[in-house]
Amino acid sequence: MTDDPAQRDDRWQIRIRGLHKRFAPDAPEVLTGVDLDFERGKVNVVIGGSGQGKSVLIKHVIGLLVPTSGHVWVDGVDVHSLDSTRLAEFRRKFGMVFQTSALFDSLTVEENVAFPLVEHTKYGRHEIRDRVMDKLKVLGLDGAEGKFPGELSGGMRKRVGLARALMLEPEIILYDEPTTGLDPIITENVDNMIIDVAKQFHVTSVVISHDMASVFRIADRIAMIHDGMIEQAGTVDEIRNTSNPYVRKFITTSGVEAAVAA
Amino acid sequence: MSEANQQPARVGFWKAVGDGLSGVFGPVRRGVEGVGVHLVLLAQVFYWGVRRPFRSRLFLDAAEYIGVGSLPIISLVGAFTGAVTALQAVNALRILKAEGFSGSMTGMTLALELAPVLTGLMLAGRVGAGIATEIGTMRITEQIDALETMAVSPIQYLVVPRVVAGTIMAPILSLFFFLIGMVGAYIVAVYVENVDPGSFVENFRWTVDPKHIIQGLIKSVVFGMALTLIGCNQGYHASGGGRGVGLATTRAVVVGSVTILILDYFLSDVLLAVLK
Repeated sequence: MTDDPAQRDDRWQIRIRGLHKRFAPDAPEVLTGVDLDFERGKVNVVIGGSGQGKSVLIKHVIGLLVPTSGHVWVDGVDVHSLDSTRLAEFRRKFGMVFQTSALFDSLTVEENVAFPLVEHTKYGRHEIRDRVMDKLKVLGLDGAEGKFPGELSGGMRKRVGLARALMLEPEIILYDEPTTGLDPIITENVDNMIIDVAKQFHVTSVVISHDMASVFRIADRIAMIHDGMIEQAGTVDEIRNTSNPYVRKFITTSGVEAAVAA
Repeated sequence: MSEANQQPARVGFWKAVGDGLSGVFGPVRRGVEGVGVHLVLLAQVFYWGVRRPFRSRLFLDAAEYIGVGSLPIISLVGAFTGAVTALQAVNALRILKAEGFSGSMTGMTLALELAPVLTGLMLAGRVGAGIATEIGTMRITEQIDALETMAVSPIQYLVVPRVVAGTIMAPILSLFFFLIGMVGAYIVAVYVENVDPGSFVENFRWTVDPKHIIQGLIKSVVFGMALTLIGCNQGYHASGGGRGVGLATTRAVVVGSVTILILDYFLSDVLLAVLK
């Protein structure tokens, strides 16, 4: 393990230092100096209330937003030092599952899931169709390939989004609030899916969430963001037994105290 | 009066001057910024337009939406514009007993101004608004972010096909507008206003040169590029949910229409000098 975030580290794949973000000169800072590491091959969860900067943080990791100051290193590469061509190439390490699923309205489920293969591989039409069907079957979506996103339930949309994110076999998957707005049974299915994908494909998962029941089911590590800074980061047990009053309050008011105690 | 008391008064004076100047020059600054933003987007369209992959299906979809989809409205507006232009021309020229010249007057007016400008305005309303709504919705539902995370340039995937299709289809639609307009003009002049068909056609052929039609087509090329670029830009920078998309759509139509009318003057000035 190295302390220099600009060097590739065997344990920490994503390293964030001094990250500040302000959207306009006269606007308040959304991120006020985030220092955080995400562990390779683990499920890393960032928790926090609405408007605390969770989604903004994750969008900096994949280079969708440029920080006001600070750095994000992925395997020792400074994300925001890359030009647009190299950034596009670099993003192929990632898959991202959006809060809204962000499926293309005008494309069918099959075309949505095939999209990364059509854009970035030289596979023939039959090869692409076979791979898409395999992935849809694994995620319990067989039979939905001809439907449009507007015809799908929330849970199905999340699964299609995940299938699309997995097509290029990414090293890192970012999940932006994957269970928001889903009923408890579908939430549990999505949680199991995140765990299965992490184990099956040995990917580093970064999950943004404020659903604590879900967080304790899936997380290997948890970081709490508050007022644009990391309030506390650690293993699941460290967060469960925290003495930090804000983190404790966030967990207990979420109604999972019994689960925590258990 | 002490110096401490004078200081706020001086600051207040200069602040008032600053506010006044910014009030006067603010719209100018925003206008210049707007032009700059569109020129940057145009440069990006050229940059990405010559790079692989070339997505011909996206271009054909956009061409169908802009071209084929606009044909009915262009035909309708073209026919009635030609008809009313001929009606006015015949009645104005009748005073001079020169109704036969209505063919040349209508032809010149349609070829040089009405066909390119009204086609542009129709497209700004239909296509500019449609593009802004579609891309704006993609922006607020994170579909554009999704494209970026999948290492696909949204400019290349969304903007280039639409701008290229608009640039190619606008002059074709404008030519169609002109032809339909002349048919409408002929029907009104000859069958309603009883103008001699021989003198209507002969005066048209004598006055309207290919260079007049080319002048209109060059304008249409620029209008097609401008209105699709404006629609794309407004949608691309939409924010704030459904209301933001609505504002982007409104701005695409308003800015597109005003831009076409402003460009029309300057293009006419240049083309009249060049194609003299």
